[in-house]
Amino acid sequence: MSKPDQTAGLLDNLALDLASGAVEVVDLTHTLDPDFPVIILPPEFGQCARFRMEEVSRYDARGPAWHWYNFSCGEHTGTHFDAPIHWVSGRDLPHNTVDSLPVQKLVGRVCVIDCEAETQGDEDYEMDRAKIEAFEAEYGKIPPQSWVLMRTGWSRRRGADYVNLREDGAHSPGPATEAVRFLVEDRDIIGFGTECIGTDSGQAAHADPPYPAHYILHGAGRYGLQCLNGLDRLPPTGAILLAAPLKIKHGTGSPLRVLALVPSTG
Amino acid sequence: MAGTGKDKLPQPVKKNPQLKTAAPLVPPLRRSRLGLRLAGFAARGEFCLPFCAACDKAVWPPRDACPGCLAELDWREVDRRGELIAESVLETSPELYFRGRMPWRIGTVQLACGPSIMAHLHQEVQVGEQVEMGLHLDKAQRAVFMAYKNREGSSVNEDSQLRELTSDPKYRRVLISDARSPAGLALARALAAAEAKEIFAGVAESWRRDAVLEALEALDHVTIVPLDLTDSGSVKELAAEIGGKVDILIHTADQPRPGGLLDGSSLTLAQEMQDRLVTGYMRLASQFGPAMRGRGADGVNSATAFVTVLSVYAHANWPSYGTHSACHAAVYSLSQCLRAEMLGSGVRVVNAYIGPLEQDWYESVLPPKLDPQRLARDLIKGLQQGLEDIYIGDVARDVASRFREDAKLLEIELTGGGRE
Repeated sequence: MSKPDQTAGLLDNLALDLASGAVEVVDLTHTLDPDFPVIILPPEFGQCARFRMEEVSRYDARGPAWHWYNFSCGEHTGTHFDAPIHWVSGRDLPHNTVDSLPVQKLVGRVCVIDCEAETQGDEDYEMDRAKIEAFEAEYGKIPPQSWVLMRTGWSRRRGADYVNLREDGAHSPGPATEAVRFLVEDRDIIGFGTECIGTDSGQAAHADPPYPAHYILHGAGRYGLQCLNGLDRLPPTGAILLAAPLKIKHGTGSPLRVLALVPSTG
Repeated sequence: MAGTGKDKLPQPVKKNPQLKTAAPLVPPLRRSRLGLRLAGFAARGEFCLPFCAACDKAVWPPRDACPGCLAELDWREVDRRGELIAESVLETSPELYFRGRMPWRIGTVQLACGPSIMAHLHQEVQVGEQVEMGLHLDKAQRAVFMAYKNREGSSVNEDSQLRELTSDPKYRRVLISDARSPAGLALARALAAAEAKEIFAGVAESWRRDAVLEALEALDHVTIVPLDLTDSGSVKELAAEIGGKVDILIHTADQPRPGGLLDGSSLTLAQEMQDRLVTGYMRLASQFGPAMRGRGADGVNSATAFVTVLSVYAHANWPSYGTHSACHAAVYSLSQCLRAEMLGSGVRVVNAYIGPLEQDWYESVLPPKLDPQRLARDLIKGLQQGLEDIYIGDVARDVASRFREDAKLLEIELTGGGRE
């Protein structure tokens, strides 16, 4: 740790910029709502619980001066965080649960790769390595220990269009296998996030390995963020992401509030 | 008006919002224990009377012993035929229920099986004619007799006195709680054919499109309404919107899954089933029940029935579907509670018992399996006949009769006695 005289004032500028609005706090979270879609697995598998609320009291006989709810949901309901233990490839890693992972990694730089144009023409769009290299050619190399988010505009979709289920499964964009390998092995990212229901594309069950984003990210101790909202409000680089899951004992993930600190352009 | 000829049932008109809704008064509730026993048969649509085997004739009114030979009596199904030998039109009555429904035809029927009994009269029957008897529950859920010309006749339900005893969907607005269930689509079609005025088809998670939803959307008289039985907010919202115009509620939600406590067990699945089936029933009853209870006498399209499709294994656990049976047993128990709470409202709490359906989740179960269309047809017929307990299909009827015969023997058979 640095001595007090060296650290004094380190965050003062940030505090002033937050107070003045020079640094904006952007909310990248969907509201936890009973109607928000969750991932649909084949019916014979266990399913992700929907978000639900039961009123405990509302200033009434059940509690005269107070209003509160019990809520229930899955760890992977709504805007949520995936820890390495979520996937079989990460099950034996150290610090692989939400209660044990190093919190230092929950705040970090974020690069946002804009794939909206590609996704508009192709719901099954897979972001490949060339797309990442094109991003780097324009905005610079992705720094180590950054979050990388895939911007697709998917969070503007609602209901059936969001899940986009057809008889042959879901159709939504995601990263190609080689792109995930590149981000993990050559760019040492903290994690990967997306506006879709999972870090993998809708058709990723047919990839090699199946669900490559889950398999590779979590196998290497990296994290996932899904159901992010409104990534078009982030700059390609220069923002800081805050993504702290709930501290659930042995938890494999959790719904969370994802915030970004963004230099104001106004 | 009753008793003046073969009137058609009047089409319900829009309510005058300046007039008070009639209070749901019911006929007298008090009966002897023997009289209550008759209600058990009426609930199932059986025409049973106390019978003396030695004298080979039925006895009425119910007694502890045969008035002819003092032999013990047993209840059995008897010949429904008889002759209407006298009739009377009630013009006044101290009973509040009948005061609001005058004139009311009653008569005396000489039964072929022995005794003569008092009965309500269908408008088609006249003195001196051969009649067919029905044993029904009235608005107090107590047994009464009704004399018909023809119980199966095409216009039989056009009778206002009979309508007081039945829950005919004709002209009524029906909510199907889970229209995407296997029975849902078949019921929606059959209800439309039975001239239900409007069918509200409850659909959860409309973001999941499927062929059933598309078929429902294409049906006339069907309105898709958002209803998710696992979400208290969703049930509350729909009850607030349409609770005051649901005349018949048909609860079809189910989640049949194989598995018990040790074999094929999954606690998350069990929790899910419990929430959907048991707590779901409580959500539905607590939100829709009060409005229905207040509308038991609301004209031709009064609220009339809260119907639940139940597994017959609610009576005794079928271990292959052990958790599922347990959830249905809980709902069965709750339905008895609801009956008590609805008593006096004129709204009947109806259970339709079924065995395994012809659907994916019963694919490894041997036939006979119930066709959803048969379920829909028999359920609606049961409502038209005013039943409280409707047993649909061979499996349901078989299990129910074995349960009545000896509940413990049924348990032994189901849990390893070799016969399911």
